[in-house]
Amino acid sequence: MREIDCQDITDTVARLCIEANYYLGEDVLNALRGAREKEVSPVGQAVLDQILQNAEISNRGELPLCQDTGLTVVFLELGQDVHVVGGDLNEAINGGVRQGYREGYLRKSVVDKPFSARVNTKDNTPAVIHTDIVPGDKLKITVVPKGGGSENMSYLKMFSPAAGRQGIIDWVVECVDKSGANPCPPVIVGVGIGGTIDQTTLMAKKALLRPVGRPNPDPEVAEMEAEILERVNELGIGPQGLGGRVTALAVHAETFPCHIASMPAAVNIQCHSARHKEAVL
Amino acid sequence: MPKKITTPLTDDVIEQLHAGDAVQITGTIYVGRDSAHKRMIAALDAGEELPFDPQGQIIYYMGPSPARPGRPSGSAGPTTSYRMDPYTPRMLEVGLKAMIGKGNRSPEVREALKKHKAVYFAAIGGAAALIADSVKEAEVIAYDDLGAEALHKLRVEDFPAIVVNDMYGEDAYEKGKAKYSKVG
Repeated sequence: MREIDCQDITDTVARLCIEANYYLGEDVLNALRGAREKEVSPVGQAVLDQILQNAEISNRGELPLCQDTGLTVVFLELGQDVHVVGGDLNEAINGGVRQGYREGYLRKSVVDKPFSARVNTKDNTPAVIHTDIVPGDKLKITVVPKGGGSENMSYLKMFSPAAGRQGIIDWVVECVDKSGANPCPPVIVGVGIGGTIDQTTLMAKKALLRPVGRPNPDPEVAEMEAEILERVNELGIGPQGLGGRVTALAVHAETFPCHIASMPAAVNIQCHSARHKEAVL
Repeated sequence: MPKKITTPLTDDVIEQLHAGDAVQITGTIYVGRDSAHKRMIAALDAGEELPFDPQGQIIYYMGPSPARPGRPSGSAGPTTSYRMDPYTPRMLEVGLKAMIGKGNRSPEVREALKKHKAVYFAAIGGAAALIADSVKEAEVIAYDDLGAEALHKLRVEDFPAIVVNDMYGEDAYEKGKAKYSKVG
């Protein structure tokens, strides 16, 4: 048994909220630079130049990468030998979001009463928290500020198994096509296949956390990722949808076993401001 | 070379703007998004005045991050425009001349742009820190309780944007995609 104190959790979450919103990951920056090399459209090149320039500005720590500092999604990997002390774990996470969004001059973008008055909660809480129990005595916290524009371009389809591999590929490409400029291309496409409705959408989101462009270790999934990426980049949507050959930086697919009658699939799109930071306590 | 334009916009300026043109906007622009539009349309329905005179003006669909002390604005990139489509034809009817956002507009909005001689610009989504540099002054002018969704008035210099939909029915997204698509 190893004790982890709630105050440490709060302080860590606060720090990660700020870091995620100001400092773009090196893997994302490299993917954007690679996109700039590959892009043939002059407007597309200019857009990518501005996106890279934007990251340099926010790296100085005064202005966040995007004004949409997101609804805060938090993934926890809680070791089964951890004993959380000094408070309530979920409260500690939300306390960290509250602190980070205040101290980091981050936008408060969360409303309560989603179908009626839509009243701003004023502190960007509650976070959406997903917790996995894992072996060991550590707590890994991943903070993912998820912007609304890309999140709105999410899709789910409960396929018949007969639709097969091609059915899924065609559908994912169609999802990116109809999203167009809305999710701020160039995007990262997260795909979940299998499981249940809840499991498959969660996989699509978790897929976004992979280092950009790293293929799924299963060769047949990696092959599908590559095929979708090629077809997406043939659509011609381009950076910010103004036309070009780089519409997606990567496609990441995660799979899980599913019911004999089902083939659930989900798409969660990440904009080029692919923000996530992690820490291990 | 980007075309330099100033607000308020007149018909002859609108007539010279074509889909794909790069512009730099200097002058006053108003900022509002989902909730502010809902309230403005409710005001128009009730026969009330809007919090600003829309004649010749530009609305920027945006919700800024908080400004640090000593800065006029936080990060200030566009939000996705289709959500404001239901409100746009009414705003154009009362004299609004342009909108800045990102993403495609509905056929109804595109028709209204032709009918009322107005344009739709896109700003670069996610280049929000870069865009903040062109915002020289900012103030909340209405709906303060909406926080990030309040109605703002900005003074901008050389705000960079691209014409997506002009008054002639052309669309920069469609043109761009057609040029680079390898499908069909």
